[in-house]
Amino acid sequence: MEYKMNAMPQINIVTIDYRQYLSTSEITSIEHEVSIMETREAAGIEALKIIQEHRGWVSDESLYAIADLLNMPEAELEGVATFYNLIYRQEVGQFVIHLCDSVACHLTGYQQVYQAIKTHLGIDYGQTTQDQKFTFLSNVCLGDCDKAPSMMIGKQHYQYLTPENVVEILDDLAKLENEND
Amino acid sequence: MTEIIRPLTHLVNLKSPLSLSDYISEGGYQGASKAIHEFSPKQVLDLVSDSELKGRGGAGFPTGMKWSCVPMFPDNDETDDDVPEFKYLVANADEMEPGTFKDRYLLEGVPHQLVEAMIIGAYTIAANRGYIFLRGEYHLAAKRLQQAIDEAYQQNWLGNNIQGTKFSFDLYVHTSAGRYICGEETALINALEGRRANPRAKPPFPQMSGLFGKPTVVNNVETLCNLPHILKHGAGWFKALSPDSDAGTKIYAACGRVKSPGLWELPMGTTIREILYQHAGGMADGLKLRGLLPGGASTDFLLPEHLDTPMDFASISKVGSRLGTGGLIVLDDQNCPVAMVLNLLKFFAQESCGFCTPCRDGTPWAVEVLTRIENGKGRKEDLDTLHNLCDFMWLGKTHCALAPGAVEPLKSALRYFIDEFEQHIDNGCCSYQQQGITQQTHVVQPSHGGQFHG
Repeated sequence: MEYKMNAMPQINIVTIDYRQYLSTSEITSIEHEVSIMETREAAGIEALKIIQEHRGWVSDESLYAIADLLNMPEAELEGVATFYNLIYRQEVGQFVIHLCDSVACHLTGYQQVYQAIKTHLGIDYGQTTQDQKFTFLSNVCLGDCDKAPSMMIGKQHYQYLTPENVVEILDDLAKLENEND
Repeated sequence: MTEIIRPLTHLVNLKSPLSLSDYISEGGYQGASKAIHEFSPKQVLDLVSDSELKGRGGAGFPTGMKWSCVPMFPDNDETDDDVPEFKYLVANADEMEPGTFKDRYLLEGVPHQLVEAMIIGAYTIAANRGYIFLRGEYHLAAKRLQQAIDEAYQQNWLGNNIQGTKFSFDLYVHTSAGRYICGEETALINALEGRRANPRAKPPFPQMSGLFGKPTVVNNVETLCNLPHILKHGAGWFKALSPDSDAGTKIYAACGRVKSPGLWELPMGTTIREILYQHAGGMADGLKLRGLLPGGASTDFLLPEHLDTPMDFASISKVGSRLGTGGLIVLDDQNCPVAMVLNLLKFFAQESCGFCTPCRDGTPWAVEVLTRIENGKGRKEDLDTLHNLCDFMWLGKTHCALAPGAVEPLKSALRYFIDEFEQHIDNGCCSYQQQGITQQTHVVQPSHGGQFHG
């Protein structure tokens, strides 16, 4: 059969520009990071962190939007996003607990703190409480070795943890309203 | 002038670090001023080489030699196509070595010192852009550094034509998003370029082709912070700070169950005994010293018999370990050595970037075997497996120094604590009954490039 170009049905290639998914202030912050780098994609990690700061975590849509804004393939940005442990590619709770499990905290007994958090919140590493308040993760050495055991929640480091005081800290946080919103 | 014996830390104020004007009235920015007004870049380089300053990040490479490999281009030769648009100086503030917290102290306590140091370093290698590569967990340091940089811009210590000279330099803070491997200088460069932090092959060395393919020098924070003082007081003064063969002071630290953990700036070559017993107050009550890692997680164990070794690069190497970052991690007699090594290897397995096979597969394999031994299910041949793994992951067989760093504590533990390993296997249990320390459940966490954290 003769191949006829004209007879082919029109194929509509839908291109979605995800950039519109980002807010003006997010774009402004990301463009500032771009301005201090030689290439656009070099701002990728900062961009992911900026979005995470605004939205709590990095959803697929956010990732596509950043990739579009930075003119880079989504897959490449996904490779970057999943490499770094402080980028959350799953939804997390209002407070993300990063409990240090490195050697200084090991020697001073972080395990009891771990057990206390696990029992108190009913979640293990990688899980979020049902009320979306807490997500529990481990973290490598937080640099609090002289004040071990320690954990980080948000921008705050908590030191000299015991199974008792860690529960108090979590209870105090749970009482706070969603101040990030 | 009062004699300064703790140059790095004498202006540290953790509660509220010095503002630019206060830092200047304490003698700050005199080193930078001297460098850019009175010295040529070559003269600064010679001074730093004469001071015998060695890198404080762990490897101990002479700073002057590192800088001397940076190609210099004649002034005002903008027509030459070979002259790159940018040259970079990067401060490695990605402090993640377990047991190390010295840079944090300098960053939070006296941020202007690092800014001043970077001006001097940048002037020497004629870098026009600098980044402070800061680990993401150091939020307070990020805030204070940015404050210091903003102040420095306002007072023309950064930006164009610094203090009326021809020298211009822009400085930025980049906060990272985790992963220990970012501390490796070529991995750090990849991370700064927005990539996965896999180390690069060397050569080319960063001094020739680093960040964005341009000449780049990466220096540790503590190394850089020595510069203002070397400029101000001279190379002879710097060498005289230490009676030892290594020049200057070092910020030593101690953690684990010692009486008063902390950090202290002391002359290079202070003995382990002095750090542990005089400054850290010895072991906590009821505990005996079993062994220690002299410079972070990736150094070989030392024993009580090594207490009188001076903490300098050569002496610590002579007894079979490395000075590393100078942070002692102290093992007491009521913590299980096998459990400690398991904890260390889990760290390396999790933090392996996954690029080369010996490290990606070797470190989780060691974790699996060690977990078995610690849980009392070890087999006699497991010890041979561990010895073989130490060989498979040693220098020259891996892409970077992460896996050899994991081997160091493992191999030395197999030598010094072999009885413990054998008892675990023979008795089918861990004999350390201390609640919680060894009763933990050990879950094998194979390395899969950060996925563990979701």
